[in-house]
Amino acid sequence: MSEQETIGELLVKRGISRRALLKYAGYLASVMALPPTSSTAMAQALANARRQSVIWLSFQECTGCTESLTRSFSPTIEDMIFDLISLDYHETLQAVSGYAAEEARMQAMKENKGKYVVVVDGSVSTKDGGVYSANAGKTNLETLQETAKDALALISVGTCAAFGGIPHAKPNPTGAVPVSDIITDKPIINIPGCPPIAEAIAGTVAYLVTFGKIPELDHLGRPKAFFGDTIHDRCYRRPFYDKGLFAKSFDDEGARNGWCLYEVGCKGPVTYNACATLKWNGGVSFPIQSGHGCLGCSEPDFWDRGGFYKPLSSWTGGNAAIIGGAAAAGAVVGAASALLARRRKASASGEKGS
Amino acid sequence: MSLLDFARGPALEYAFAIFLFGILWRIASLFLLPRAKDRSVPRPGAPAAAVSAARGFVRHMWLRPPYGQSTVFALVNGYIFHVGLAIIVFGFGPHILFINGLTGLSWPNLPSGVISVVSVVTLAALAAALVRRLTSPVLRLLSGFNDYMSWLVTTAPVLTGLLAVSHLGAKYETLLAVHILSIAVFLIWFPFGKLFHAFLVFVTRSQTGAFYGRRGVQI
Repeated sequence: MSEQETIGELLVKRGISRRALLKYAGYLASVMALPPTSSTAMAQALANARRQSVIWLSFQECTGCTESLTRSFSPTIEDMIFDLISLDYHETLQAVSGYAAEEARMQAMKENKGKYVVVVDGSVSTKDGGVYSANAGKTNLETLQETAKDALALISVGTCAAFGGIPHAKPNPTGAVPVSDIITDKPIINIPGCPPIAEAIAGTVAYLVTFGKIPELDHLGRPKAFFGDTIHDRCYRRPFYDKGLFAKSFDDEGARNGWCLYEVGCKGPVTYNACATLKWNGGVSFPIQSGHGCLGCSEPDFWDRGGFYKPLSSWTGGNAAIIGGAAAAGAVVGAASALLARRRKASASGEKGS
Repeated sequence: MSLLDFARGPALEYAFAIFLFGILWRIASLFLLPRAKDRSVPRPGAPAAAVSAARGFVRHMWLRPPYGQSTVFALVNGYIFHVGLAIIVFGFGPHILFINGLTGLSWPNLPSGVISVVSVVTLAALAAALVRRLTSPVLRLLSGFNDYMSWLVTTAPVLTGLLAVSHLGAKYETLLAVHILSIAVFLIWFPFGKLFHAFLVFVTRSQTGAFYGRRGVQI
């Protein structure tokens, strides 16, 4: 990366006009619900800012998070995020490999000590010293601890990095944990989702670069701008929920009429994300619009919450041994107490008779 | 594990287990008790015990004239919240789904707006029942922990359910979790407190009806 070059200078070199940058800043400001006046300030700050050094670590993941950011319809506004940052290390995207790649990471850490941002996608294996996921001769656990030591902040991209995700699902054979379980002395922004929305990643990074601080977060460390409302609150099918009109299956009349998917397991009411407003594939659609309930992928332990097709109001238990055992025990105790009463009565009658 | 996951999982499971244990314990111990044979001579023209039982049950559903108007309020108010509770439990879509998950039974639901109105009316009737209990010197003297606890565990699910549906006071997942936990407490208390009248009312009133039909004068 060029240390002295500002983002504005770089954009000029690439033929990106000031108007395009203003549009981009305006777009980011609006999706993050910032005041309208902040878009100009944001564009100005972005133009004068140095590119943020970013080290992107991929751990126990499927690369879906990177795909979400890079494979969106091109050229998109999200692509511009790569002009705002200096991506100094990214195993999937970088051309170099082996020692050269690791050297690039070490160099970026040295040159930007205390100023670089670590983006992590994937959970961290901790069982048996973290041997179940390693790269370049180091476990993910070691790499994370080493890289995060001098970082400005960390961004956990995707549910695996933010909350453990699918590797963390029962029985969690690798002892997978989220980044926040390992790194406790640095600011961490969680951008969960399986995968997360590209705009949420881009918007958060842009905010960090522009304002030099972390956006307002919720109790799970997620930017409120993107995770402030539930899918249910913003869902276009919400009026059907309020009217009590539910699809009972995926191909009944209710489903064809676009009624609420609560009864077929939609987790929208307890899932905080911007899918219903920002949508996917260039704003074309989102899962509920495509006819499937929300899986709740931006929430912790979404994989283990009782089943994707089980309605929220149903219980997730159903251990026959516990329920059947309790019923049998109740019947036995009841019968025993009645039997005791009968015996007492018989004994009292016997005493009377004698 | 989040509060909601705890409520939907272990809390509800163990509460339901305790509920079943208590119900079967009390029913088995009651129905298997030795019963004294009624050696009285039935009055002439006495109907069959089952007929008397049914008549007695129906007759007790409304006030007999000698009682006058003194307890009309309690009776009507009682009907309001009992019918309200039945509509809420058996008419709300998510509740039907819950029952469906347990029993496999399902039926059409009422619109959510109707349930909300019924919930408000039910809540008002439950509040009125408590006020009456607290303001009537006789009732207050007769009331104990069992009465107040039974009122509380009945009212809490209605209130928390209404808050959850209206998204009032906290996040939906917290409200839903609190609502489900209030149902868990209800299930645990049900077999051991006065709420068990939901089962016994049929037995006691029918038994009384059968007695009256056999021994009393014809009315």
